[in-house]
Amino acid sequence: MSAVDNPMNEQVAQKATEARDQLNEHTLKTVHWHFSDDTGSPFWLEKKRELNFDPLTEIKSFDDLKKFPLFEDDWLRGGPIRRWVPQGHAGKPVYVFETGGTTGVPKSRMVIEDHWKDYELFSDTLPEKYFPKGANWLMLGPSGPRRLRLAVEHLAQHREGICFCIDLDPRWVVKLIKKGWMEHLEEYKKHCIDQAITILTAGHDVKCMFGTPKLIESLGEALEERGTSLAEVGITGIFSGGTEFTPQWTRFCVEELLGGPPEESGVYMTPTYGNTLMGLACSKPITAADGYKISYYAPQPRAATEVVSFDDYNQVVPFGATGRVKLYTLTDEFFVPGFMERDEGEREAPFDLYPWDGVSGVRPFHELAGATTVGVY
Amino acid sequence: MITLSPLRWGKPYESLDSKEVVHFDTGEPIARVGTVGSGIVGRDMRKSHLAREALLQFSTDDLIARCKKAAQLFETSDLKVGDSLQSVDDFVHQQSASTGLPEHMCRSNMAKNSFVLSRMGEILDCLTRGLDLSILSRGYGEEGRGVIVSYQVQTPVLGAVLPNNSPGVHTLWLPAVALQIGLALKPGSQEPWTPYRMVSAFMAAGIPAEAFSLYPGDHDVGGAIMAKTSRSMIFGSAQTLAQHAGNPRVQAHGPGFSKILLGDDVVDDWEDYLDLMVESVLSNSGRSCINCSGIWASRHTREIGEAIAKRIGPVDVRPPADPDAQLAAFTVPAMATGTYAMVQQDLAESGVTDLTAEFGEKLIERDHCAYLRPMVVLADSPDRQVAAKEYMFPFVSVVECPQAEMLNRIGPTLVGTVLTRDSDFINAAGNSVDIDRLNIGPIPTNRLNWLQPHEGNLIDFLFRSRAYQVAT
Repeated sequence: MSAVDNPMNEQVAQKATEARDQLNEHTLKTVHWHFSDDTGSPFWLEKKRELNFDPLTEIKSFDDLKKFPLFEDDWLRGGPIRRWVPQGHAGKPVYVFETGGTTGVPKSRMVIEDHWKDYELFSDTLPEKYFPKGANWLMLGPSGPRRLRLAVEHLAQHREGICFCIDLDPRWVVKLIKKGWMEHLEEYKKHCIDQAITILTAGHDVKCMFGTPKLIESLGEALEERGTSLAEVGITGIFSGGTEFTPQWTRFCVEELLGGPPEESGVYMTPTYGNTLMGLACSKPITAADGYKISYYAPQPRAATEVVSFDDYNQVVPFGATGRVKLYTLTDEFFVPGFMERDEGEREAPFDLYPWDGVSGVRPFHELAGATTVGVY
Repeated sequence: MITLSPLRWGKPYESLDSKEVVHFDTGEPIARVGTVGSGIVGRDMRKSHLAREALLQFSTDDLIARCKKAAQLFETSDLKVGDSLQSVDDFVHQQSASTGLPEHMCRSNMAKNSFVLSRMGEILDCLTRGLDLSILSRGYGEEGRGVIVSYQVQTPVLGAVLPNNSPGVHTLWLPAVALQIGLALKPGSQEPWTPYRMVSAFMAAGIPAEAFSLYPGDHDVGGAIMAKTSRSMIFGSAQTLAQHAGNPRVQAHGPGFSKILLGDDVVDDWEDYLDLMVESVLSNSGRSCINCSGIWASRHTREIGEAIAKRIGPVDVRPPADPDAQLAAFTVPAMATGTYAMVQQDLAESGVTDLTAEFGEKLIERDHCAYLRPMVVLADSPDRQVAAKEYMFPFVSVVECPQAEMLNRIGPTLVGTVLTRDSDFINAAGNSVDIDRLNIGPIPTNRLNWLQPHEGNLIDFLFRSRAYQVAT
């Protein structure tokens, strides 16, 4: 992207240029960290030998990252996990988070503090009125080998609250769907929701929560069946995430499940889009006037997304056009120079709050869609 | 391009998500269908009692009369469907274009649905064995023997997860309306046409709109309908049937494995039944559960198979508007290639012979669809795997089996036509619990008499008989 072809006002264009400069500078710093012998990871130092260019001298900007071959997700399958740990972080405690893994070896990513940082940054975007400092949280989603539980818990703690957690195993959910065991699926969902309701009605002063769209839907329904509601049990702020988010679901959630926009219902819901590689992308504020359109913006410069042509993954599509989502991770813990996500969407223009490229209409990449099982997570 | 919006108890809902229905041959979009998620279904079902209350404002006689009117409107009139005024020809073109069924088959399925609707009074008379329908409305009544009978309604609405490509099966949910039970339907993604047009006809006939919900969407919508209604029906594969086996809340309709059995007393005259066998296999492009997938006889099986093969083997692909078109397209080409691969496996077994081999290629692949041309397969024993197979195209296995073993070997049989005058064989067939609909004598399996109780009696499903006493 260049700021030149943006349909933006002058002020946003100026901010976009500054953000681009910052991204370029951050890219340079990140590449030097990962490809220097004293700070880089065994994986990238080894990979450096296979490259036909020297990252330390030839990567001068974000666009130069296209010189790298595409990041292959198979590199993340199997060990040793320590090959990803940068020498510059040697000796620090390391987490490993997994993604996928319904069949075969899951993709693993080592993390030291990235998940905390991502959620601290995200914390700054939450409106105080609906996510008050000191409020306790409910985390209704996957834990296990995923980063979500620890990240949401850290978010709660960062905001001076305490997080209550309900576990959901998405791999079991996917298996239930594939086996056609829908009754078991319903029972498992009910099992999770029952635990959530127990927490919410046990006097723990929970005001904020994370939940996947389907679990929020089920929780709202179950509370109504008990003659109460999310608002009545004290929830004021919800953040939710996943590719199941659609404008239609958001509309349903806001208009029917929550009972109206925040100023009427007293409950604020914000969609997010995140994964183990990128961290947490924030949404442009959603409004009924904008058809509940959901646009995500990566936490630049720590990560960046592009919407690229289906035919040429190095070619960014014009604003509003459809393409596949390409991800870059640029932290001192992990370096991903161009990973093709399993999603597609439309390229969105920078705006005042997030003056860099965004992506809307995120949905499974059409060539892979048939192979994707979407469950409750 | 027509736009179809979800209908929430009669009110169109302008969805922000939609799916396109495309022409099976060209891939051109022909409809935009707004979709909803499971949450909306769940919320609406909390008000499902209002659907029944709206219908209870009308007597069953009145509703039956309105069904008759709806049948006429469905089959002959321009109707407001989605954002368009839809003529009968539009309907036929649209249904053919998305399902791959030849247009004349769409018309005959339309006539079938209309027939059931127009004869609703008689059909309910058959389904209830002559019960005064006001007893179902009120929940109890005096049947005429000085005894109170009571039928307790099990649900205010019937949910249905409808199929993609078999317009004929809509006959099964139509009687619910006259029984004062609302409908929550998930239309098939490629065949939204019949439910939308039928609901439009019901409304135009003065049946309250609040009785109808149409929820196009993904699988979770079907799941929500089945989870949130006390009684629902679903159409699918043998696997779908197995999933819901024993669940009293769900009536699952799957493959029919319909068969023709030739008794030893008539099998030497098999040529007299050739037309009947050909029609049973070939009608509606072999797509229905009432199509014959197995012909069983103790002898002459090769001659029978070869004679059928000679008749249906040459049938080839024709344009959908051609009145002589006999084959429906597989709108998802992978279904055709997958099916053909399974047939190849069947043929690999010793004792199995393809009698249509000489009539050319069977798998015809096009850019956006595929066809399978008719096949007749000879099996020298019921032990062959193919004897228990059914496919979604004109495919029949002719199975050699002694008459004495037949009824023990045929397995589940939705429609069984038994060709015999042997009273012992007739009695045995009548006692067979494997045969659902029994035809004695030369009746093709695809010709249903709707004025008979039929597959999954809706009364038994929607009402429960119980004791009811009133102090005098």
